[in-house]
Amino acid sequence: MDKLQLIALVQAYTGVGIGLMIGLGALGACVGVGIMCSRFLEAAARQPELTDSLQGKVFLLLGLIDASFIIGVGLALWFATGNPLLARLG
Amino acid sequence: MAAGNEPSPTEYIGHHLTHGTVHFGEGGSWGLNFDSLAVSFLLGLVGIGFIWWVVRGATSGVPNRRQAFIELLVGFIDDQAKGIFRHGDRNKFVAPAALTVFVWVLLMNAMDFLPVDIVGLGTHNISEHGFRIVPTADINTTFALALTVWFLMIFFSIYAKGFGGWLHELFFTPFGKWMVPFNFLFNLIEYVSKPLSHSLRLYGNMYAGELIFLLLWLLASAGLAWTGVSFVLGLGWAIFHILIVALQAYIFMMLTVVYLAMAHEHHG
Repeated sequence: MDKLQLIALVQAYTGVGIGLMIGLGALGACVGVGIMCSRFLEAAARQPELTDSLQGKVFLLLGLIDASFIIGVGLALWFATGNPLLARLG
Repeated sequence: MAAGNEPSPTEYIGHHLTHGTVHFGEGGSWGLNFDSLAVSFLLGLVGIGFIWWVVRGATSGVPNRRQAFIELLVGFIDDQAKGIFRHGDRNKFVAPAALTVFVWVLLMNAMDFLPVDIVGLGTHNISEHGFRIVPTADINTTFALALTVWFLMIFFSIYAKGFGGWLHELFFTPFGKWMVPFNFLFNLIEYVSKPLSHSLRLYGNMYAGELIFLLLWLLASAGLAWTGVSFVLGLGWAIFHILIVALQAYIFMMLTVVYLAMAHEHHG
């Protein structure tokens, strides 16, 4: 195959990979955050006096749950802009 | 960016993602990102220096607004540290470290609010090839912070349990003394994953945030209608990013306190 075809091949697969990375990461993160926040709302309804102290923990856990997803987005955007697999081709 | 001919979108992004680097040898790991170093140093001076200056002139009478602000900040950090660190005097090290980490990381993250092209007008005089103003969007900075916390974690483990106690815990817990390789593997995974996740979380949030900003601003180059789209989306993302900047600094601080508290615990 000539150079242009190889480049197109790498870019195509990288594109699919980026989509999967961001999409599946978002899926996991959103489901996780949804479960956590539903528990928080339940707890706040049962014991309204705990709302303030639980709210701080909710934000902390939000950041922790989002971590893998954001790392995935960072990596995916790295592949989208400065693709090392493409750089190998020259 | 060359004056006169327009850069392509990839060039624009590539230029804005290049660090100002000084190379001491061949290869990527011999480069020193002096932009992150200089900006983080300056921000540390500004942040901690401001707190020092206000505390120096502090009064136990009615506080002025500056002192009240610092009191709020210190009270906030102290509350968080009080709830988590119960293994001794938190004012000796853990709470001040938490305050330092929080203020410094918050200021470094907040550099992301400045528009890169306007800052670029000034930094082009420093370095033509690239100058990134957000130190925490540089993986070296976040790894430096996380590795420092990691070394502190090991230091406090040895300090609280003794060197022999630490080794005992490393090899004989949590599965008991006949499962040494499994214990070691288990503990090794914990020791490796903590600094990795600590640093990459902060780096990923800041780097991805900056990159999404650049991509949204690039949308405006497609035409007048697209400029409107880019403005709306950019505004939304900017407002969301304000939350992320503060949240990531808070999370970094909380995890620092949690890791240091866990280091003092005895696991058997």
